[in-house]
Amino acid sequence: MEIFQHLALGFEHALSAQNLAFCFIGVVVGTMVGVLPGLGPLPTIAMLLPITFGVPPTSALIMLAGIYYGAQYGGSTTAILLNLPGEASSVVTAIDGHQMARKGKAGLALFTAAVGSFFAGTVATFLIAGFAPALAEFALHFGPAEYFSLMVLGLAASVALAHGSVLKAIAMVVLGLLLGTVGQDIYTGVARFDFGMEQLIDGLNFVAIAMGVFGIGEIVRNLEHERMPTMITSRVRDLIPTREELKSIVAPIFRGTVLGSLLGILPGGGAILGSFAAYSVERRISRHPERFGHGAIEGVAAPESANNAGAQTSFIPMLTLGIPSNAVMALMVGALLINGIVPGPNLMTQKPELFWGVIASMWIGNLMLLILNLPLISIWVKLMSIPYRVLYPGVVAVCCIGVFSLGNNSFDVYVMAIFAIIGYLLVKLDCEPAPLLLGFVIGRLLEEHLRRAMLLSRGDPSVFIDVHNHPISAVLIVVSVIALVLVCLPAIGKKRDEAFRE
Amino acid sequence: MSFSIKSPKDFWCGLLLIAVSAIFAFGLIGLPVGTAFRMGPGYFPMVLMVLLAVLGLAIFISGLRVEGPPLGHIPWRSLFLVAFPIVFFGLTLRGLGLVLSLSITVLATTFAVRDWNPAVASSTTLALVIASVAIFIFGLRLPISLFGPWVGGF
Repeated sequence: MEIFQHLALGFEHALSAQNLAFCFIGVVVGTMVGVLPGLGPLPTIAMLLPITFGVPPTSALIMLAGIYYGAQYGGSTTAILLNLPGEASSVVTAIDGHQMARKGKAGLALFTAAVGSFFAGTVATFLIAGFAPALAEFALHFGPAEYFSLMVLGLAASVALAHGSVLKAIAMVVLGLLLGTVGQDIYTGVARFDFGMEQLIDGLNFVAIAMGVFGIGEIVRNLEHERMPTMITSRVRDLIPTREELKSIVAPIFRGTVLGSLLGILPGGGAILGSFAAYSVERRISRHPERFGHGAIEGVAAPESANNAGAQTSFIPMLTLGIPSNAVMALMVGALLINGIVPGPNLMTQKPELFWGVIASMWIGNLMLLILNLPLISIWVKLMSIPYRVLYPGVVAVCCIGVFSLGNNSFDVYVMAIFAIIGYLLVKLDCEPAPLLLGFVIGRLLEEHLRRAMLLSRGDPSVFIDVHNHPISAVLIVVSVIALVLVCLPAIGKKRDEAFRE
Repeated sequence: MSFSIKSPKDFWCGLLLIAVSAIFAFGLIGLPVGTAFRMGPGYFPMVLMVLLAVLGLAIFISGLRVEGPPLGHIPWRSLFLVAFPIVFFGLTLRGLGLVLSLSITVLATTFAVRDWNPAVASSTTLALVIASVAIFIFGLRLPISLFGPWVGGF
């Protein structure tokens, strides 16, 4: 079996002392930021990007991946004990998890979350190993038209999944794409939008923008409604469930894993979508839907499995197609590009140790997380008592030093400060910054493939919807259009608002 | 038709987007656009700029017509007490060196909370500067001086 050979290669690399250490750092940091409310994986990965400079790319990606799925574990702890999602994807876990904790079942809820996440993580690892090569092979036949359409689909999905106004989400994508055009033109070398500043010839720095919007901008948002929630004071005990309890979580964990894995692969997907969907599915198929909201264990098991599965399978489009499906993946692409590696269908053949090493490390990381989260839970609980006022100056310090060290110049620091203000104002105006970042990362690639496709078609734009010569491209465009039309329909738009409000 | 702002969020958002596209329109001057067949460096940005302006206009108009929630309070104080220290850091890091530049930056950001407490602020600053020096200078060996030329360092 080829898949086992690949995985063996992966484990060989993932189990090297250095990569184990980076994996461990990643999951510890991930759990930490997941536990801490107000600090999620996105700003953390943004903050740590500059550090990955001096590290081999495989180790860097292993660490960053660990932060992402580690945060899914940590986020559930805060959600259950504080009724405060430590991380956006554990919003739904807080609903029933916290009710369980109030009834003295905090231990059971934490156990369910950790075991569900571990199971989901294991399945997702094998899914990636089995699914990714086929997708990469398929993608090798992609021409510029297919790539362009695929990116359009990714952007359309990010619009469809954004909160609030569709117009504003589209505007954010366009703004991101436009900001991405700053700097030298790839074909002619002409400097664009440099406004006389030589630092702009290389374009705006992606890390500086990400740190500004998500690292610093987030601080201002958190300071605005700084509140210290009350913690469930009862001690966490009875971690080991009874047989009946164990039986009742098996099916939801399984369903959550399947749903999360599927939704993670979709462009625009990731951890958040899966957890929301899994929760509503559980409530719909339950024989006692009235229990939901009052401590239903399925309401913890399914979304926690789903968010972890989704966090991992969202690596599939990034690693095989080179297209980030969400903002966290956009940062991963950034990390690879910093190291001079272009993710795409050739990654697997050119850098098999990176590709399979990262995948294998996910399973190892999940095992570490299980150990970190169950017996050591009390340490993380203590972490929750750190007040935000002590935390945020640290974020500022790390962002400042990190962004300066990118190119040893102050210009990126100024860019970060400006984008912190822009990012904050955009959120205040109900514009989500995630599509902006996605647009920014994809912008150059999108333009490159657009220009190449148009050159090949002698300027005929119908190439993208040519069913005979480019059927894949045509399908992708049609799906994008359907997605956009659907969210614009008032009925579905309303449903979408409800889904996000829950 | 009266021109009162019905949804301030949409109104200002639209205005902001129009302003940004205007900046890019200015930047486009002199860039060869080319044709759809052979696109010049200005083609793709021009399409985006026009698209952004149209979207901005649509959002702006909906701000005048459709009722929306109020803008709410903007915490300018917190915003600037976080953003300006960062600019200060960029301006002074080379001159003052990491220890002084970071101390002042971090101390300044602690003022962003409403009930500032000198004990918390100074201990946070001290701990952070020590940790940063340990991690970034001694640990990761970043090429940043501890004390810059402005204060007699090198």
